[in-house]
Amino acid sequence: MAISLRGVQVPHRKHTKDTPVEYMTEVKSVTIPMSMHIGKPARPCVKVGDPVCVGTKIGEADGAVSSPVYSSVSGKVTKIKDFLLSNGSSCAAVVIESDGEMTPDPALTAPAVSSREQLLDAIRESGVVGLGGAGFPTHVKFNVDPSKVEYLIINGAECEPYVTSDSYTMENRSEDMAYALRAISAHYGIKNVIIGIEANKKKAIDCMKQLGEQVKDCCNFTVKVLPTQYPQGGEKVLVYKAIGRMIPVGKLPIDVGCIVINCTTLAAIGSYLQTGMPLVNKCVTVDGATVKKPGIVIVPIGTSIQDVFDYCGGLTAQPAKLIYGGPMMGITVPNAEAPIMKNTNAILALSEKEAKLPETTACIRCGKCTNTCPFGLAPAEILRAYDKKDAEALDKLLVNGCMECGCCSFVCPANRPLVQTNKLAKIFLREEKAKEESKS
Amino acid sequence: MSNQVKLAVSPHIHSGNSTRRIMLDVLIALLPTTIAGAIIFGWKSLIIIAACVASCVGFEALFNLITKRRQTVGDLSAAVTGLLLALNLPVVEQNLGITIFQCVIGSLFAIIVVKFLFGGIGCNVVNPAIAARVFMLIAFGSMAKVGLPVVVDTVSSATPLSVETAEQLPSIMDLFLGLRGGAIGEVCVLALLIGFVYLLVRKVITWHIPVVFIGTVFVASLFMEGFDVMMALTMTLSGGLFLGAIFMATDYVTSPSTAWGKIIFAFGAGMITFLIRYFGTYPEGVSFAILLMNILNPYIDSWTRHKILVAGGKKA
Repeated sequence: MAISLRGVQVPHRKHTKDTPVEYMTEVKSVTIPMSMHIGKPARPCVKVGDPVCVGTKIGEADGAVSSPVYSSVSGKVTKIKDFLLSNGSSCAAVVIESDGEMTPDPALTAPAVSSREQLLDAIRESGVVGLGGAGFPTHVKFNVDPSKVEYLIINGAECEPYVTSDSYTMENRSEDMAYALRAISAHYGIKNVIIGIEANKKKAIDCMKQLGEQVKDCCNFTVKVLPTQYPQGGEKVLVYKAIGRMIPVGKLPIDVGCIVINCTTLAAIGSYLQTGMPLVNKCVTVDGATVKKPGIVIVPIGTSIQDVFDYCGGLTAQPAKLIYGGPMMGITVPNAEAPIMKNTNAILALSEKEAKLPETTACIRCGKCTNTCPFGLAPAEILRAYDKKDAEALDKLLVNGCMECGCCSFVCPANRPLVQTNKLAKIFLREEKAKEESKS
Repeated sequence: MSNQVKLAVSPHIHSGNSTRRIMLDVLIALLPTTIAGAIIFGWKSLIIIAACVASCVGFEALFNLITKRRQTVGDLSAAVTGLLLALNLPVVEQNLGITIFQCVIGSLFAIIVVKFLFGGIGCNVVNPAIAARVFMLIAFGSMAKVGLPVVVDTVSSATPLSVETAEQLPSIMDLFLGLRGGAIGEVCVLALLIGFVYLLVRKVITWHIPVVFIGTVFVASLFMEGFDVMMALTMTLSGGLFLGAIFMATDYVTSPSTAWGKIIFAFGAGMITFLIRYFGTYPEGVSFAILLMNILNPYIDSWTRHKILVAGGKKA
């Protein structure tokens, strides 16, 4: 490969990597939002008082870019309420009181898949969305012309500190992954499958090599060992490392001939194809210095993070920050009532010390931001252009190419809000362009 | 607990690097040459260092106080400016009081005129220590003289750059160890190289500027000296080239960010140094060379941005 993409060395803090997984089954009630994906929220299809089982559909996909939602417990719908999402918008959420039985829906059967259309339907009905964190409905990714797909690239990089749930998948769910791979390769004719894993995950690499042997009959499966450097799991970074093609700004992986899918997403598809049980629970890493017993827990979707913390022995101190996902790109949560969502791969309760950031001082033009940006953007310049509200300069600096990985802010010795400003600048640029369009 | 957690935009962790840490590293890297300077030029050099550091830090504190800005002396950048300025000054035969006075005026120029009147740290157009050094060279005749070592008495009278005959030249080993005339911190190349290695290991600077700067002067001198390697080496080890290339030209604010930018910047500085040394009226040109390249820096920086890899067909 011509250019080695830059990045940063982050602390790994994978405390939970060798802890045995635990299943959390005793949940009193769950709150399941209808929007746990990118796109239109699902439409609730149950009423208050309806009895539901594990896997009963409670939300119907609404439109092309949407995903159905299923009950994660058996019991009774007690409330349908407004739910505030972390991006500030709101959607409906179904509250279900559990009867403690966790009875699976008797109507569930493994889907019959004998054509590509049926496979696509199955992926849609599984309720699976990008489980690495993005939450993009997986069936939309697969709704493409199969002749365009040269590669299926599986994301097993897991480059965020703390997070270990993808490692769990790779080490324990290779059967599910193999099942999904066989179906996809059969109906899409994808022969080349590449999984990218950071070099420090030895066990996962071994397991995936074994998986490669298992699926030799249907595809050419290769394990691409990535350097242990954040952000290897960024979609564009991963694709570039795997096949040497860069996805330009505004384009999708399919434009360079590949589909990218997270390893846990793939396993979830495999599990649905085998059993018909849709996505109802989620493997999450529970960590942070204030968690008494950090671990990997399989949790019914909709369980409040407070209940998960309680399951892990509770919190030993007041956390400074609660985070969905890893500390580099994760989203802070205002309170522990927030539920585990489809795309939640970790919940962190960081202590004051862990969450402490240095004070922001003046830019000393050290160039560390631009020298660590995997794409070679100039975050300090973008910040100056944004301060001047200079849309033209922002466009020239290609702020829209930013994947928001946060390397720039992480390395900045002045702790300037660099990636934070990139996000604002992208919104600003979008608004400016909309204004221009409405004028002309 | 619900009401007490912080909400913030990611990232939620930081590398821990800081301006203060970087400046501290520069101070540590300057320690060997400071000690060498004190040994070679005697106790008077320590007075000069103390005067410059104290007045630079003092002026910064005072300016912040008067203009009601946040106090920034804690970032140690004023201390670095003070130390660099002192290391660029010679120990000359004159009343110590006058020397201290000159140091205070030089520091005033560095901190107030060059740094703060342009907006403070990160906003100065040229390196404050270099600008102040050039200011003192022009303003005070005595500061244009060459400091003489006190440790040895057999050393040739002047800096090798201003001697007339080859017999007066110090040996390569003397030059490497710093047994020659010059400014406090510029003579001991060995000590400067130790500092260079430290800065590289700590990833404070990259190799580009020092190596290209020094390399350019060496190669250009080699041509001028008719491929006499020893003469070219003598030229390279003389004057303030190593101090300038390692510590002054690598100042973040006034040098380019990218590797190619640094290479162009350093090549330019090397060529100007060479031209002044061989064809100019001043015996030494490192300070002027860096000063001139500082002024060109914004242009070099904007010409040499990284290629944006996600640009695709769109022109970045």
